[in-house]
Amino acid sequence: MAASSTAHVDLSQAMNVDPTPLADWLVVMPVAWCILAGAVLLMLRKRTEVQARIGVFALMVLCLLDAALFWRVANEGPFTMVMGRWLPPFGIAFTVDLLGAFFTMTSGLVALAAGIFGRDDVDSTGRRYGFYPFLLLLMAGVSGAFLTGDIFNLYVWFEVLLISSFGLLVLGSEREQIDGATKYAFLNLVGTTLFLVATGYLYGLFGTLNMADILVKAPELRETAPLMTLVCLYLLAFAMKAAAFPVNFWLPASYHTPKLVVSGLFGGLLTKIGIYALLRVLVMLFPVERTELGWVIAVLAAGTMLFGVLGALAQNDIRRSVGFLVISGIGMMLAGIALGSPSGLAGAIFYAAHSMVVMTAIYFAAGIGGRLSGSFLLSRSGGIYASHAILAFTTLALFLSMTGLPPFSGLWPKVMLVKASLDVGEWWLAATILVTGFLTTITVGRIWALAYWKPRAEGAEAAPADRSVPATSVIGLGMLTVLTVVFGLWPEPLIAISQDAARGLIDTSSYVLSVFPGEVPQ
Amino acid sequence: MEPLFALLVGALFAVSIYLFLSKHIIRVLMGVAILGNAVNLLIFTNGRLLREVPPVIPVDEATLQQAAANPLPQALILTAIVISFSFFAFLLVLGYRAFQELETDDTDEMRVAEPVDEEAPPLGY
Repeated sequence: MAASSTAHVDLSQAMNVDPTPLADWLVVMPVAWCILAGAVLLMLRKRTEVQARIGVFALMVLCLLDAALFWRVANEGPFTMVMGRWLPPFGIAFTVDLLGAFFTMTSGLVALAAGIFGRDDVDSTGRRYGFYPFLLLLMAGVSGAFLTGDIFNLYVWFEVLLISSFGLLVLGSEREQIDGATKYAFLNLVGTTLFLVATGYLYGLFGTLNMADILVKAPELRETAPLMTLVCLYLLAFAMKAAAFPVNFWLPASYHTPKLVVSGLFGGLLTKIGIYALLRVLVMLFPVERTELGWVIAVLAAGTMLFGVLGALAQNDIRRSVGFLVISGIGMMLAGIALGSPSGLAGAIFYAAHSMVVMTAIYFAAGIGGRLSGSFLLSRSGGIYASHAILAFTTLALFLSMTGLPPFSGLWPKVMLVKASLDVGEWWLAATILVTGFLTTITVGRIWALAYWKPRAEGAEAAPADRSVPATSVIGLGMLTVLTVVFGLWPEPLIAISQDAARGLIDTSSYVLSVFPGEVPQ
Repeated sequence: MEPLFALLVGALFAVSIYLFLSKHIIRVLMGVAILGNAVNLLIFTNGRLLREVPPVIPVDEATLQQAAANPLPQALILTAIVISFSFFAFLLVLGYRAFQELETDDTDEMRVAEPVDEEAPPLGY
């Protein structure tokens, strides 16, 4: 033991000898804060009356941290913090670029809305079983996935958010939920295991897990190593997480079963993590292979869009219909990834952010509507417009935003995507996007006409005018609706951010430089 | 040594996929357990297999003197074992609860969330 002191070791070869600058800690703060707040809430889980207050406060702080992180990245470009001060690629690095910061901030806002909405949507039993701790841990997983710069670490965050999503999904333990959760759990496990298999192979080939290091080493290895196999495995794994056709069956089987706030959160956030991982791994790390696979992804995208919306059209249950529409939206983002051009990627990034906000809001709105009319079935509901006109119009606005009609935020990413596909002559992809938009309009138009506009059927119980909507539900839903309207009317900042984020994925020199300050840009 | 392990990993994957294709939750659960082990073994094999050579640098040297097994995949496996074990525990309970609540472990009969006899959506206004 005493011998270790005899050899002189130059620590600066392996470690940052100076302490990490305080400002760099910002990149791990969203994750650390969520875990800390989740742990506190877990200890207080029997004090159901203070759970919601602490939970919402913690989510507000999370939004502030996300905003600070976003502000710094937007002004100064990507930056990195390594754990334990080990120099990359030895230590686990958290690297944030504009894409990660943008998605983290959007997801933080959605989670805040969900936290507020959940105050009355989740009863005290649900709170005692840990709705708020699970929500915070889910956000730790989501933020970690968006911010990490290490691919095995990405896998770990996937598992963190997956296990918290299991907890949220079975909250309440009704028969429907157990059934839905069984399918969700097994199929998602296969997805993440495929991710782990691919990562194992990746380490075998590259000898590194740091994303910037992979970027540097990929050009030499491309000649000899079977990178295409690796990328196909990643594509399958992430497509499963994103619920892309033909591996999307777990989503409509489970997303309508849990509490509405949970459905909204899942519909908004979880599938987008798959899209984020596709953007990060396929577009940023393996652009050559992605170009080769472009037509495969395009076919998947078209299938996802069309089968998603056709499934939605066939449903009687509004929540299940919305579940299929989530899938259809994933197809739009895949179309952008298939194109791979800066404008296509910008469209996909904008659409992902828009979809996080709008899908969550639609689940919330449909949930309030379903509770007011007493049924989620199109054949049995109706009369919401007569009793709650403002809710009916809010829902209509969200529906139109999803279909991509002006003046809501859904219009712009669709315009960007259609233009990007026409620019490279992929007219059929543009046509699929437009046809899907048309079918979506029919689907949501039918839901609105039957469940909201139509008077209640003869013989159904009296109009539910006296049932009130809790204030927290109004705030949660209102927040998200305001976001989609504001960014529909004033889209320039989001378009600029999406374009910058897309450029950051294609020109990776600033990402690599933030991890390896001395590296010569390729 | 590595080719043998590669074959073993392949065999384990084949067994787990076969079990996954079953309609019965209990078999799928066994598939999950085997899948976890197959993946861990795969990563383990990736890090070279050598007997009795710990990757320890002698006192007066700066680098390793001989080829040794890479310890990082083993660290990765430790993480993956913990995760796959906790998943398996969760799925086991979930499968058992599903059997209690739905009174079946045949996935064809698990149609509570997606009822077979659901009403068709209204065809007119």
